[in-house]
Amino acid sequence: MEKIYTEDKNKTALVKAKPETIQFLLSYSKSLKITEANGLQFESNLN
Amino acid sequence: MVVQIEDSQLVKQYIQGDERAIEALINRHNSRLTGFIYSKVGDRELTEDIFQDTFMKVIRTLKKGAYNEEGKFLPWVMRIAHNLVIDHFRKHNRMPMYNSKESYNIFSLLGDDKLNAEKQLIKEQIDSDLLKMIKELPEDQQEVLEMRIYKDMSFKEISDNTGVSINTALGRMRYALINLRKLVEANSIVLTN
Repeated sequence: MEKIYTEDKNKTALVKAKPETIQFLLSYSKSLKITEANGLQFESNLN
Repeated sequence: MVVQIEDSQLVKQYIQGDERAIEALINRHNSRLTGFIYSKVGDRELTEDIFQDTFMKVIRTLKKGAYNEEGKFLPWVMRIAHNLVIDHFRKHNRMPMYNSKESYNIFSLLGDDKLNAEKQLIKEQIDSDLLKMIKELPEDQQEVLEMRIYKDMSFKEISDNTGVSINTALGRMRYALINLRKLVEANSIVLTN
């Protein structure tokens, strides 16, 4: 039977964000602080 | 029996400072969101970037207390991702980047001025739609518009040829355009290539 499936792994592998990306997001979340002053919100990253 | 905590509950816990809640949310929707982004961009690296940007925005919004609890969490996240995908394509079209990866293709840099087959088809469709609409205009407006646009005549020449004043010719052109816009709107036609 003719092969109809692509050999390009990019197209076949189950796509899921890498653990490094998840780790980065968790660190980002932990470091992000929102402070409010005079009705304004400020973001700061405390690494 | 495993009890799964609702997204809304996890969101609440996260807003209250429980960092584990965001981890649970990211892991829960990782596959679905990644698949969604990948289906739009078709590139794994880019998918990863947009996934990251999406959740950075989610995190910022939740921490700022700007999340609207009425909506569902996943559709909201998908909407953010969708907007980021659109932003990416807008930026990419405006500022095409040339990299030196294996997939580098010299033919993407070399091009001629001719439209490709798809754009040529679209152009023909637009031209034919436009012609049909011009035929709907009153005759005097049609005449001025054809002379101006298709024959590239000046208003002075139009005035000489039709025997009306320049101002009348200008007025007819103006109304022709106004009426054309109305026809475009009324027929929901998209006249862009």
